[in-house]
Amino acid sequence: MINDTLQNRRYVIAIIMSVVIVVYILRLFSIQIIETKYKEGAESNAFLRKTQFPPRGLIYDRNHTLLVYNKPAYDITCIMREIHDLDTLSFCRALNIDKKFFINRIAEIKDRKKNLGYSSYTPQVFMTQLDIEDIATIQQSMYKYPGFFIQNRTLRDYAFPNAAHVLGNIGEVSKRRIENDEYYKPGDYAGRDGIEYTYENTLRGVKGVEILLRDAKGRIKGKYKNGEKDILPIAGENLTLTLDIQLQILGEKLMSGKVGSIVAIEPSTGEILAMVSNPAFNPSILVGRQRSKNYIVLLNDPTKPLMNRATQAQYSPGSSFKPIQALVCQQMGGITEKTIFSCNGPESSPVKCTHHHGSPVSLLNAIEQSCNPYFWNAFRTTIEKDGYGVKNNIFRNNYDVWVDNVKSFGLGEKFTDSDIYEQSRGYIPTQKYYNKVYRSETGWRAITIRSNSIGQGEILATPLQLANAMSVIANMGYYITPHLNKSDSMKTKVHRSKVDEKYFPIVVEGMSRVFEFGTARLSKIEGIDMCGKTGTVQNSRGKDHSIFVGFAPRENPKIAIAVVVENAGFGSTYAAPVFSLLVEQYIKGKIERLELQDRVTNIVTNTNVKER
Amino acid sequence: MSKNVSIKYALDWTTVFFYVALVFMGWISIYGASYEFDQSSIFDWNQRAGKQFVWILTAFVLGGMLLLVDYKMYNFFAYIIYAAIMLLLIVTIFIAPDIKGSRSWLVLGPISFQPAELAKMATALALSKFMSSYNYKLKNWKDLIPLALIVLLPFVLIVLQKETGSALVFAAFLLMFYREGMNGIILLLTLFAVLLFVIVIRFSIIPIQVDQGTLGIVLSMGLILLVQFVYAFFVTKHRKEASFLLLGTLGLTLISIVLNIWFKVNFDYVALFVVIASCIYWIFVELFNRFKKYWMLVLISIGSVVFCFSSDYLFDKVLEPHQQIRIKVLLNMENDLTGAGYNVNQSKIAIGSGGFWGKGFLNGTQTKLNYVPEQDTDFIFCTVGEEHGFWGSTLVLVVYWLLLMRLLRIAERQRETFNRVYAYCVASILFFHLMINVGMVLGIMPVIGIPLPFFSYGGSSLWGFTIMLFILLRLDASRLERMR
Repeated sequence: MINDTLQNRRYVIAIIMSVVIVVYILRLFSIQIIETKYKEGAESNAFLRKTQFPPRGLIYDRNHTLLVYNKPAYDITCIMREIHDLDTLSFCRALNIDKKFFINRIAEIKDRKKNLGYSSYTPQVFMTQLDIEDIATIQQSMYKYPGFFIQNRTLRDYAFPNAAHVLGNIGEVSKRRIENDEYYKPGDYAGRDGIEYTYENTLRGVKGVEILLRDAKGRIKGKYKNGEKDILPIAGENLTLTLDIQLQILGEKLMSGKVGSIVAIEPSTGEILAMVSNPAFNPSILVGRQRSKNYIVLLNDPTKPLMNRATQAQYSPGSSFKPIQALVCQQMGGITEKTIFSCNGPESSPVKCTHHHGSPVSLLNAIEQSCNPYFWNAFRTTIEKDGYGVKNNIFRNNYDVWVDNVKSFGLGEKFTDSDIYEQSRGYIPTQKYYNKVYRSETGWRAITIRSNSIGQGEILATPLQLANAMSVIANMGYYITPHLNKSDSMKTKVHRSKVDEKYFPIVVEGMSRVFEFGTARLSKIEGIDMCGKTGTVQNSRGKDHSIFVGFAPRENPKIAIAVVVENAGFGSTYAAPVFSLLVEQYIKGKIERLELQDRVTNIVTNTNVKER
Repeated sequence: MSKNVSIKYALDWTTVFFYVALVFMGWISIYGASYEFDQSSIFDWNQRAGKQFVWILTAFVLGGMLLLVDYKMYNFFAYIIYAAIMLLLIVTIFIAPDIKGSRSWLVLGPISFQPAELAKMATALALSKFMSSYNYKLKNWKDLIPLALIVLLPFVLIVLQKETGSALVFAAFLLMFYREGMNGIILLLTLFAVLLFVIVIRFSIIPIQVDQGTLGIVLSMGLILLVQFVYAFFVTKHRKEASFLLLGTLGLTLISIVLNIWFKVNFDYVALFVVIASCIYWIFVELFNRFKKYWMLVLISIGSVVFCFSSDYLFDKVLEPHQQIRIKVLLNMENDLTGAGYNVNQSKIAIGSGGFWGKGFLNGTQTKLNYVPEQDTDFIFCTVGEEHGFWGSTLVLVVYWLLLMRLLRIAERQRETFNRVYAYCVASILFFHLMINVGMVLGIMPVIGIPLPFFSYGGSSLWGFTIMLFILLRLDASRLERMR
């Protein structure tokens, strides 16, 4: 029965079978080796990467008092494509939200314009920063809402309602920051300003990842490889600040009802002991869900409570500039400690004197009595000392030297090696500036820029810069970059002033006499030898700014302070007592002059300033 | 006793080796596929791998027992076995419970069994017996009708059980018929019909111009004309006539395009007109030249035209919605990966994510986390692809290939038609299952739920294939016995 011609058909059959199998092997090769999309598909299918947020570092003051700590908070996240059979009504009831909010929120999440990088596969933040009370109801019944998850987070909490500007706050990261730093994902929190911003990388720690396996129905089936590939979160480092919270609290109290700022520095280390800006706010109102609402209120407040006046506001230093002028003029050889000038009081020309004292005046008296004509003459003789020269070149050269000397006190530039967030530059006008303003190199002379002699005119300084300049005088010739982090590495940033040490004692003596016989004699403290200088600064917006700068004690100074009270009046009346009380608190550890404290606290110079 | 000894020598151990290798690899894969994270033993009776182990052991015993039966019995009882199984199929339709829409499972206490798995073996035996009968000739119409009935009866019964997939397997006998003398044109025509069907369905959604015909019809008519041209040009070598056909087609196409500037021409009808014109032309060629070469061509062309114009109708009215969607998914007409396309997409993801070396035994995430449906039965090949990668899946395919080649060799060394026909039945059925199952998993065949032989979980299919294979081995072993 064997048919020979048909027998050959077995080859056709064998070829058909072989071809199919070869085609299948080629197909396997294509999807297993050439294509990559299937591997990615498997990743997003099976792995749920759950971010483990590290606790943020705690913040302490210099005496190790806890200032900022964490409290638990919860986010509700959702993975859109896993949401199914949702009982919206019961979900909304459990979260205590209304249905309209729910619908809007889902629409917002899905809107790629508002939510860049939206994917229905990855967790999206549905609601953020909920308290334990908010999620108590839903926590039990979370299994009923597939696709929704509770994410543990931490929120900041504050031990004191103070130092808001120094501490800063945290909020959701901006789009720009996400683009620049791949550490962040939408919905993450990060320091928004102050210390929280500058030390973000230290405080935030390192996020961890828990890799969970998820089955086709979205149920978690356990850890991938028993957690072998998980990354544990690393807690943020704690931070100890240079602030003395008691001094800070006192400073804020004394400034209540006023607009202005205080900066206190330990001269020997550059450590900032207090940094007050008023009006201020309680830092805890910028935490959690009420953050955005409160932020808008603060932003629209005409007294600008969000602005840190201590580092951002720029004032003409006025008479508080005179000690620096005295030092620079000596250094440049314009005057000596024995130089005397005559003063005609209010009739003096071209600069009037606002105080009443004898004539002629010496340098000591001039500082003590804040004599304007003396400093005008000193300034003039300094920059005119070698004449004007061809095209004023000698004069202009001397002016440049003067600018350099003044800047060596930390004025006119930001402290770029500091950890203080958002500083203003201040301003020491340069030769170039005047050449431009007066249209030529010969268009201006000493008389043209006479306001500079007494710290008015174009000169601008921040309270931080003024306090730092006092550090230079307290240290007799150098400062350490003012800073907030109490770490030894910050203390090495020493900057020498261009004025030699030998010119300092006479100025210190003069500033000491301010308390003995001069403008601040009413703010003297028994037993503490203080040095200071008042400033009453004319300005275009109402009453004079009241300024006081100084340091104490005279020997071995512990604290250098600048106080600015905007639109208050005389430096001696408003800023000087604040200085005095702060010194008392810091040196003695407590306030004995309670009456003075109450009086200063109760002074209101600006009725718009809200009580906290 | 002497028989046992002879079996030991006569048995084709190579086939047994491939069989055991596939069963073992299948068992390991089932363990991998149904493995939960709380590790349990591969022998755990409560898990599928443990159950499969019991099925495997019983299958081995069954296979051994079949080897002990006198080989003549299979021939002798072929019709009786066939009749019994057909009866079982009929009974099944009435007493089987509805399991996921299918009425094919007989439930006996804890065990359920699918008689359809035995129907292949029974049909193969009946076909072998009929085709080996004295005086039988495939070309006789008288003989063809009973042959068709033998195949159609189980086919219809299984369709009635709502197991269309299993029923389609009976198409595999075409390969055996081909070996036994069926005209090869039928195989080609089958392929041609599938091709036309795919073209019509795939391109029927693409209009040439709105309300002026679809790409599907125009392309399929073009294909028919191409076949005519190739036949005339290369087979009958009537190059002049072939060129005329080509010119005529191009001319008519051009005229219709030009006419389309003024009138709205329906290109479906133009294409139909061209094909009918070509048929008339071939009839003239035939009559004038007294060739006897074009009747078949004309017949096939007309048949194809009818088939094409009814394809759409068949697709919409005869196929059930889920079957339509499976075909649409295969043809990339349906992109909903969460709905109809889910199975195949997940299956491709699982296999694709295996890479070259695979993720390692029990390390597959896709199969383990139930992303792939039916992963221990119809989609078992995914587990191999994911855990053992390209090399593992290729190895499995190569073992199947070796087994198939071995079976063809066994078939050709049989002296008795009964044995040879039966061997070709076995090889064809195994091949058909392999082609459909792996093709489905790889996304190049529509989703048709049939198991991978020896591999997929399930006692019925393992027993069914084991019985089929071991009857063949017993028949093969008889070749030495008779030489004595």
